[in-house]
Formats: sequence, structure tokens, C-alpha cells
Amino acid sequence: MRYASLFLEYIKNYAKTRLTYRADFWVEVVSDLLFQAVNLIFILVVFRHTPTLGGWSEAEVVFVYGFFMIPYGLFSTFFGIWNFSERYIVKGEMDRVLTRPAHSLFQVLLENVDPPSLVGSFVGAGIMAMCWSQLGLPFQVWDLFVLLLLVAGAVLIYAGIYTALSSISFYSDAPTGIVPLMYNIQNYGRYPVNIYNKIIRFVLTWLLPFAFVGVIPASYFLEKKADDLSQLALLTPAMGLIVFGIGLALWNHGMKRYRGAGS
Amino acid sequence: MMSAYLDFIRIRFLMMLAYRVNYYSGIIIYAINIGAYYFLWGAIYGEQESLAGFTVAQMTTYIAVSWMARAFYFNNLDREIANEIRDGSVAVQLIRPYSYLLVKMMQGFGEGLFRLLLFMVPGLLIVCLIFPVSLPVDPVVWGVYLVMLAFSFLINSQINILTGLSAFFVENNEGMMRMKRVLVDLFSGVVLPIAFFPGWLEAVMQWLPFQAITYLPSSVFTGRTPLSEAAGVLGIQAAWFLLLLVPIWLMWRAARKRLFVQGG
Repeated sequence: MRYASLFLEYIKNYAKTRLTYRADFWVEVVSDLLFQAVNLIFILVVFRHTPTLGGWSEAEVVFVYGFFMIPYGLFSTFFGIWNFSERYIVKGEMDRVLTRPAHSLFQVLLENVDPPSLVGSFVGAGIMAMCWSQLGLPFQVWDLFVLLLLVAGAVLIYAGIYTALSSISFYSDAPTGIVPLMYNIQNYGRYPVNIYNKIIRFVLTWLLPFAFVGVIPASYFLEKKADDLSQLALLTPAMGLIVFGIGLALWNHGMKRYRGAGS
Repeated sequence: MMSAYLDFIRIRFLMMLAYRVNYYSGIIIYAINIGAYYFLWGAIYGEQESLAGFTVAQMTTYIAVSWMARAFYFNNLDREIANEIRDGSVAVQLIRPYSYLLVKMMQGFGEGLFRLLLFMVPGLLIVCLIFPVSLPVDPVVWGVYLVMLAFSFLINSQINILTGLSAFFVENNEGMMRMKRVLVDLFSGVVLPIAFFPGWLEAVMQWLPFQAITYLPSSVFTGRTPLSEAAGVLGIQAAWFLLLLVPIWLMWRAARKRLFVQGG
């Protein structure tokens, strides 16, 4: 309950600071969407030259992308701690966070909320709905609950991976380059994983489970494929809990080791 | 005077060298991106021999060399200029007895030289080990490509300078810089060769400078554009280089008149 009211206060504060620069908000929304649009354009253009991508039709691949945009937007809104090492460890802002009673990760996340990214989730949901009717998929109210559950799992996977990555800065002095590295690996997860070779597929499914953010949960709603990824789909929430649990454990353990940056 | 400008190249090169560790992970990142597109294109080709005039082998080479060319010509001149305009230090730069834009270009070139030697060349070697990239055997192709690469750098830097200078006219050009980055990646042909674009868009692209950054040089490198047409490609690049000087000069002239330093 205390955390809920803290959450509200943080959001109120965010709104106050951002309302000073209203234009920036929309600039950020538009440039976020443009970035997603380029990926979609890639898919649309490519399908003018081929009927299927590893057995997946155009509408299906776009459907997967639309699904991916929902957890990705939520993740970017609430877990966008790209500059954690820079801002909190190097510049020493972690000390300030630690003087307060609320959980340190909670504070760090809320100091970095980024609501413009949420627009991407809505656009993604729209794209998914469009493909849903285009593919003539059956729709039951039950699907909505499954969708929520899968999205929650996918967000937790992302959150867990990036929390774990951020906590590396508690152990190592200069973990430069690991976050951008991960950012580029996650691009693999947006396309059907069966187009990659076995090693990459294994890594994307079990080690860095980015496949659980896009293609695996999305396949739950689609027609069955030869390798039937949808069998794994309902594992998404469990996977999310495990990955986030690992991330949180690393964070808490790292927190105990934290000694401050000095000056 | 010239030696002062050459010093700017040297200093930036040495500065980049001091932070070279940051670029080792860059090589891995580029290899990861090339890998993603390599598999993606493999699936797109499927059973088909060639698409839009590219064979599978040419496509693999195209992806590898285009990303690695990007590793060379990419720079943050737009951000550097915008930051100097926003924090007001551009005022000091204007007092100094050199051409501000030429200095920026030289700094960009110093960075480019570093990126070429410590990023693009080792990157290309590593990528050639991992993926079936077929490099051209004709030394003339290599020579011509190097000249084209120099033009790629010039044109991309000119676009960056234009974007950076826009900070003189709008107080926050952050969005413009982000959009520029995304659009240059799409329209220059790094993500997708322009030959794949639908007809009307391909026609529009022919009248824009972006194709001269990646698509045209990479097409020559992969052999899709025969060497006999390379002169035409160089002509297009040179024309865009000269043409882009005009808006830069106009913007710079207008900007100096309306410069106001915020805060201070």
C-alpha cells in the first residue's frame, strides 16, 4: 500500500517536470514509433519478395511484432534503466537512494519512468488486433486473460535480464558495452526463432530467453507450426518469474556489496 | 593554417585511441547485427536463387560490408554541434580564428580514421571468419570502393552537420537527431538494399543523397553493380557532396546572425 502511494507520488512528480517541456514528450513518442516503423517497414518490404519466412506468413510475422511491442513498451516505461551504471554508480547517486527506506530497485525504476514509451504498447496492440481479424483467428474472452498473463511474463523476462545487467555494475567497475550488446541481441527475438541455427535458438530460448518476449508467447494465438512453439507459450509467466527472480537476487546481493564511489 | 586542421585530426584520433576498449564490444555488436540479418535473409531467400538482382552470396557480402562501412562513417557530429550550441560554447568557437565547421569535419575525420583502422578492418576480418562473405578479388574494386567509402563519410558527416546546425533554429533538436539516425539507416540501405523497396519509393530514393552513403558503394563492392558503372556512382557521390555544401553554407550564414546563447 505504501508502495502504491509512493508510485503515485513519483508519477505526479514526473508529470510536473515533463509538463514544462510538453513538446519533448511528443517528440519522444514520434521518434520511438519511427524506430518501430522501420522494423515494420522491413517486414512489409521483405514480404513483397517472398511468400513465407521460415514457414510464417506476413500477417503472422507482423502479429508477432505487434505482440512484441506490447511488453517492450511496458518494459521501456517502467524498467528503462539504461544509464544505471553511469548515473547511479559512477556519479554516486546510489548513496542518495540508499538513505531512504523503500527498496532501492523500486526507487531507481521510478526515478526513470518513461511513459512516452507506453504509446508503443497501444500501437502494438492495435497491430495485433488488425492481424487477428486478417488471419481470421477465433477469439474468446478467455484469450484476453491469457494475453495479459503472457504479456506480464514477457515484461518480467525483460525486466529480469536488465536488472541482472544493471547489478553487474555493483561487482565490476566499468561494465561498458554489455547493455548495448544485450540490446542488439534482443532484436533476434522478434522474428520466428526457427530461422536461426540450433545454437542461437537454444540461447534465445533458454539462456537469454528473448524468444519468450515475442515469438513464443505470440504463437499461442496462431495456427500450429511444424516445430510447435506454442507448446512453450504457457511457460512464459513461469520463465518471467524465474528470470526476474534471478535478476532481483543479483541486485539484492550486489546491493550488500555496494561501497559507494568515493568522492 | 592547414597544419592546425591536421592537428585536429590527430588529436581526435588519439582521444579515440585512449577509449579504444569501448569499441571492442562494438565489433561484437556489429557481428551480432550482421548475424541477425544473415539468418533473416537466409529465410527470406528460402529456395529462391536471387531477389532484386542480389544472389544469396552477394546479399551476405552486402550485409557484412554495409554494416562495417557504417562502423567507419558513423559519427556523432550532429550531437556534438547541438550540444555546443545548447551549452553556449559555440560562442567561444566562433571567436577563434578557424572555420568551426571545418574543424568539426576534421574531428569527424580523426574519429573516422580510428574507426576504419580499429573497428572496420578488424570487424570485417572477424565477420569474414564467421559468415560466408565473399570479398572481391579484383584490386581495382577495392581501390574504387575505398574512394567511395571516403565519399560515404563526407556525405554522412554533411547530413550530421546539417542536423546539428538545426539546433540554432529550434531549442531542442533531440527528436530531429533521433529521426535522422533512423531514417539514414533505412534510406541509406544498411537495413534493406534500396532495390528491394517498392517501385515508387525506389524512384524517390534516387533523388535523395542517402543511397550514396551505403547502397551504391556496397552494390559495387558485392559486384551487383559492374565496375564499368562505378564511374557513374562516383559521379553521383561527388555531386551530392558538392550539392550538400550549399544548404550547410546557407544555414551557417543564417545561424550566425541569429545565435543567442541560452543561459551561461
